[in-house]
Amino acid sequence: MPVLSDFLILGAVLFSVSVAGIFLNRKNLIVLLMCIELMLLAVNMNFIAFSHFNNDIAGQIFVFFILTVAAAESAIGLAILVVLFRNKNTINVDDLDSMKG
Amino acid sequence: MIKILFYFFALILIFAATRVVTVRNPVHAALFLILAFFSSAAVWLLLHAEFLAIALILVYVGAVMVLFLFVIMMLDVNLVRLREGFTRYLPVGILVSALILLQMVLVLRYWNTTEVIATTMVEIPNTTLLGMALYTTYLYPFEIAAAILLVAMIAAITLTMRARRSNKYQKPEQQVNVRRADRVRLVKMLPESRD
Repeated sequence: MPVLSDFLILGAVLFSVSVAGIFLNRKNLIVLLMCIELMLLAVNMNFIAFSHFNNDIAGQIFVFFILTVAAAESAIGLAILVVLFRNKNTINVDDLDSMKG
Repeated sequence: MIKILFYFFALILIFAATRVVTVRNPVHAALFLILAFFSSAAVWLLLHAEFLAIALILVYVGAVMVLFLFVIMMLDVNLVRLREGFTRYLPVGILVSALILLQMVLVLRYWNTTEVIATTMVEIPNTTLLGMALYTTYLYPFEIAAAILLVAMIAAITLTMRARRSNKYQKPEQQVNVRRADRVRLVKMLPESRD
């Protein structure tokens, strides 16, 4: 049976891969959203590993809520993306500079 | 045996995650993300989190990724412009992610765990256990989660809904600004006899 740190390191690797993805795909808004989903998956992996090895169900409850919030977040994010593409005809992050930030 | 399974699924998971961030076509990225979700659901099954593994596949692969693919295929994006700067950001991306990974692994290595071993598995099924905690201790957070989903649904619909041209609806500003002279016209005429 793998020990706790195996799962935690798997979560850490997953998290850092998705951080690298945010740096690499900083133009493409869709892939940025996918990288956020991967990050949440890594966090969920840690929660479930701790929940299993500490024999505490609270970790899995938290994963349940994280899944809920992540689904809501991606639904609203994609809706904003669709509206953005309809108005400006682009999803390139560089073109979205109308607020001069 | 479980260790072999764990490493197998972990390797597929990391491979799929790497492909998600490096692949050129967003459709392929979404498909690799589905593979990542499937293999992490398998890892969760190894951790006896059966309900969440199935929920991950149902919610993510069944709903969220279909939404992603739908949006990607609906938008006609210019892929070439979105890829520029990929090699320029490659060193800094790898550097930052390697630093984060190093920090996390250092914490795990020098963390005095004495390797927690999972104690005896309880006989209650995972779903029952989850439901008993969810509907008693975490009842109010559960209701808040339902409210969040409702708000997200309404927000997504109102953001993307376009009023059709053929729809007839009232214009309140014109209704408020209307004057008597616009609607009523008094005409002068002689009274007529009844017969």
